[in-house]
Amino acid sequence: MSDSSAAPTQYTGLKGWIEYRLPVFSFMDHELNHYPTPKNLNYWWNFGSLAGITLVVMILTGILLAMNYSGDTKLAFQSVERIMRDVNGGWLIRYIHMNGASMFFMVVYIHIFRGLYYGSYKPPRELLWMLGCVILLLMMATAFMGYVLPWGQMSFWGATVITNLFSALPLIGEDLVIWLWGGFSVDNPTLTRFFALHFLMPFMIVGVVVLHIVALHKHGSNNPLGIDIKSKKDSIPFHPYYTIKDLYGLGLFALVWAGFVFFSPNYLGHPDNYIMADPMVTPAHIVPEWYFLPFYAILRAVTFDIPLGLFTIDAKLGGVLAMFGAVGVLFVLPWLDRHPVRSASFRPIYRWAFWFFVLVCLGLGQTGALQPDEPFYFILLGMRIEFFGIHSVVFAQLFTVWYFFHFVALLPLLSKIERAKGLPKSISEPVLRPAGA
Amino acid sequence: MNLKKLTAPLLLTLCLLAPIPAQAAGGAIVLPEYEWSFSGVFGTYDKPQLQRGFQVYKEVCSSCHGLTLKSYRNLSDLGYSDEEIKAFASQFEVWDGPNDEGDMFKRPALPSDKFVPPFPNKNAARAANNGAYPPDMSLIIKARPDGANYLKALLMGYDPAPEGFELPAGVSYNSYFPGHKIAMAQPLTDGQVTYADGTPNTLDQMSSDVTAFLAWAAEPEMEERKQTGVRVMLFLIVLTGLLYLLKKRIWSSVH
Repeated sequence: MSDSSAAPTQYTGLKGWIEYRLPVFSFMDHELNHYPTPKNLNYWWNFGSLAGITLVVMILTGILLAMNYSGDTKLAFQSVERIMRDVNGGWLIRYIHMNGASMFFMVVYIHIFRGLYYGSYKPPRELLWMLGCVILLLMMATAFMGYVLPWGQMSFWGATVITNLFSALPLIGEDLVIWLWGGFSVDNPTLTRFFALHFLMPFMIVGVVVLHIVALHKHGSNNPLGIDIKSKKDSIPFHPYYTIKDLYGLGLFALVWAGFVFFSPNYLGHPDNYIMADPMVTPAHIVPEWYFLPFYAILRAVTFDIPLGLFTIDAKLGGVLAMFGAVGVLFVLPWLDRHPVRSASFRPIYRWAFWFFVLVCLGLGQTGALQPDEPFYFILLGMRIEFFGIHSVVFAQLFTVWYFFHFVALLPLLSKIERAKGLPKSISEPVLRPAGA
Repeated sequence: MNLKKLTAPLLLTLCLLAPIPAQAAGGAIVLPEYEWSFSGVFGTYDKPQLQRGFQVYKEVCSSCHGLTLKSYRNLSDLGYSDEEIKAFASQFEVWDGPNDEGDMFKRPALPSDKFVPPFPNKNAARAANNGAYPPDMSLIIKARPDGANYLKALLMGYDPAPEGFELPAGVSYNSYFPGHKIAMAQPLTDGQVTYADGTPNTLDQMSSDVTAFLAWAAEPEMEERKQTGVRVMLFLIVLTGLLYLLKKRIWSSVH
């Protein structure tokens, strides 16, 4: 009883008793009710919380699937089909999880592009951004290994292609691949360890997400104007304003996710993965899931050896370096784009550069889906748009060059020469006085 | 404002690139689009059709193609009684054991057993089929792009080879098989199966029926999935609408 008198006054009874020992209630109160959030966040800011919720759904469905899955090459394919056919609600859990991977990348990619447009990686949010890049890398590893687990044809051959990439590394490459496989080809030891790691890595993601949120809450969210909160008028408490806005966004997102799960569960997948893995039969086209296509295009874009004086980077290693470099360059983005203005809304040239970069990424995705020697085309509004029969690999090379040019040359250049439009004095100023006033 | 500025150069680019309808281009095999009772948001399986399709599978396909992910008990989905299923399963033999003497023995299959495959293993299947392996049919509709349309088109696609098209011995021409050289001889022809319900046994009808049966084999959860989906979507639409109203109300005090 003497304890409760020492507890903070706003908590009494059991709450007060717990709070005195473990300050969860004041923590939640601080991070939700008193956490000042810019009042002008638009709907692009919903995708962070959507990503967090997707991660939770993936872990929950994943644990349920793991209870019925067998990570053995002789059983894996059949165990997934048993989940689909005989386990109560198994088809629902698996389709949520399977489409959830695509949903996760969709919201995370939008989240990243939002950060790029509004300059959310700029001081003082560099570490916040870099932690996000770590999450992306972990997600890619997790998704890749998860895709291997059903042990279909694409699982097996995707795993073979991607793990073989490491053989391109000089000196240690060949041994490294054997070490990764746990044998001399993708086989039972590979599948078993991929299952173990696929189970582990989401929890590593959770850890980095916690750091991501700690870093976020230190300086608070960026906002569409890209200027700091200057007074109390500029901000509102996270709860209830952004909790309800996030919930509304979650409703819309759940509709999209459920639409895939219930009405087109295999639309984003590849039919070949419903054929059990067969090391003796190579599929006609080995294609990764859609969310890896841009990186796959960059990997295949390097078709030539790169001479570097004393030694040469062969095409394979060049492709691997380019692919990892495509993610790596994101880590140093805060030091490539040093323009003092965050939001693209006030940077007339960067805004164009940004949208062009988005198109280049979509183009990379399309070239990743095509065969290198296939004429490049894309489908827009039911029309097939061709480019004089030029091979897709040529476009992949152009897009790859632009991808790196954007980060390594264009952004540093714009940091120096681009003149920004006048920034509003505060967040509440343009809100109070509508545009045109 | 920016979008308007974009329109002119965008249109110009598109015209230069001479777009052509997506369907007509590419030289890839274009599958016909058939009507299916199970397509669409409210699609369901037609039980009499599944039974006919099962008959086609049983009498024709099953001599080469397995259905190893299905159990005999699953046939109750098609409207067969327990007795019928037991009787059907008992025509097949499975290995069981060891018995009390430690011996393995053969017994008639039970409804709980998986469909007994026509060949004991892949090598036996190849040996009996000129080196070609007749794939298992349990997932074939999901394992091919646009599976249902593909399978029906394939079954009806045994057209005469175009002039000058070289076919090795024992291989047939098929308009819809990738590469057009298929190891399977034409499996279905008009009148091949006699339906108990008097449905005309045309090639078209039998191809539709067996495709529907295999669609069920691949996606037995389809009806439940879509029906649950409709309810989930309705619920989410109402919930999201309410959340939107609540959002508007909470935010009405923010200026």
